[in-house]
Amino acid sequence: MSILVYTESENGTLKKAAFEVASYAKAVADQMGTSVTAVAVNVNDTSELGKYGVDKVLNVSNDGLAKFNAKSYASVLSQAAKQEGSKVVVLSQSADSKYLAPLLSVGLDAGYASNVVAVPTSTSPFTVKRTAFTNKAFNFTTIDTDVKIVGVSNNSFGLVENSASASSEDFSPEIAISGVTVESVDKVTDKVTIADAEIVVSAGRGLKGPENWGMVEELADVLGAATACSKPVSDLGWRPHSEHVGQTGKPVASNLYIAIGISGAIQHLAGINASKVKVVINTDPEAPFFKAADYGVVGDAFEVVPQLIEKLKAFKSANA
Amino acid sequence: MKILVCISHVPDTTSKINFTDGDTKFDTNGVQFVINPNDEFGLTRAMWFKEKQGASVDVVNVGGPETEPTLRKALAIGADTAIRVNAEAKDGYQVAKELAKVVKDGGYDLVIAGRESIDYNGAMVPGMLAEMVDANFVTNCISLEVDGTNAKATREIDGGKESVSTTLPLVIGGQKGLVEESDLRIPNMRGIMMARKKPLNVLEPVGASTETGSVKFEKPAPKGEVTLVAPDNLDELVNLLHNEAKVI
Repeated sequence: MSILVYTESENGTLKKAAFEVASYAKAVADQMGTSVTAVAVNVNDTSELGKYGVDKVLNVSNDGLAKFNAKSYASVLSQAAKQEGSKVVVLSQSADSKYLAPLLSVGLDAGYASNVVAVPTSTSPFTVKRTAFTNKAFNFTTIDTDVKIVGVSNNSFGLVENSASASSEDFSPEIAISGVTVESVDKVTDKVTIADAEIVVSAGRGLKGPENWGMVEELADVLGAATACSKPVSDLGWRPHSEHVGQTGKPVASNLYIAIGISGAIQHLAGINASKVKVVINTDPEAPFFKAADYGVVGDAFEVVPQLIEKLKAFKSANA
Repeated sequence: MKILVCISHVPDTTSKINFTDGDTKFDTNGVQFVINPNDEFGLTRAMWFKEKQGASVDVVNVGGPETEPTLRKALAIGADTAIRVNAEAKDGYQVAKELAKVVKDGGYDLVIAGRESIDYNGAMVPGMLAEMVDANFVTNCISLEVDGTNAKATREIDGGKESVSTTLPLVIGGQKGLVEESDLRIPNMRGIMMARKKPLNVLEPVGASTETGSVKFEKPAPKGEVTLVAPDNLDELVNLLHNEAKVI
């Protein structure tokens, strides 16, 4: 009857999202008077899950799962949920988890709520708060099936420490054959991704041209941040599509979002709304973004950003 | 190849979002409805398959009569036949079940859906539908090629992209990138005229049940005033971010 949580990993190491969903699963387990079982696939060391309330880890070790495959992974989780008699399955909302979630839902006849941002407000009926209208509203939803799947929005719940044993057990489910074969993966490995970043530095048309992006990248470097851009900038080809954040681009849920030379159109705001603190740098005091910002600098980005970089470098040295 | 494109009828991206009936319903007053942006990319890609590979393209929506203008837009863009399943869309599972009947009855080889709709952001209909009709599934799809029964697609992943190969029958969750923004088809006068003569069939639903229920909506708390920092006082910004916001 334990709460099952899929703790995802990359190259054998648990991702930060794994600790967030484990924390969430622990909170639900406490509400429902049960324990937490995590499923880890090809992870070298799962002991850190114990710090976040995981009682047991089902360790799956299989070369056939070396590359992520939605159908195969959904099948693994389905078998784990059945073995454990789990009534609640907790997933992150990473691209991979969102890919497998609907397959798992049909496999377990389990209702699924995505973009959940808080622990259930009630366990009977099982009710969760999720975002809707692309971050412009919240929706309280019940999941009415016997088994329920909750997709926890990135950086919505946080990491909560709760000491538990994380006792490890080998789990060898059948690997479902998938009709989708991964041929190649093209992934940036030396930079933090927008999805995983604590800080995102973003810029828009105010920068006038792609040749001016050096200072954006430098600011991101100083902060260990991911770089992003507005839709017009990606449509113009100044920056890659993968950096476009907004309603039809990637969502941002970082702790800090710095927007340089972006006016703040509704569609952009919708996509970045889940970020916790927003800083806006723009020459136009009437830019709509200032209404959505926590901190703002009305000034010329070409003067403000280089100075900010220097100030931050000094700050980092002083606080090293 | 028989293609079915799933069209969601959603509020335009600039819409103000308000609720009525004790915050249980979306307030449609003054709201313009459009084809879900993710679905537009899929529909344009479907047109390419129609023009270059002779595919047939039908479009489908699960909804009441109010969604018909949106289906007509899709016909004006170039789809052959529109299907409206006469049922209020209540949750992702119920919609997927209704679509599954349409897919099975129609014998479609390829279903192009959007990875998520901008109103409920469920991101579940395409995947559920694929499982229900025993089709392969690729979401966050930013490229799709079909050759006979073989297909190659690109999935956008966190930090990059992944190339996959698969076979029909296939369901994809499309998004921006599936075609270039500048290549998106829009209805022209001729398309609009022709759309009037194309069939828009209303089907009775199977009456699928839901797995989830919406209780109510809530708007986010109003935003406080921005704290402005002078451009010559950036030390203060660093200080605020470190000590007040605690994000650096």
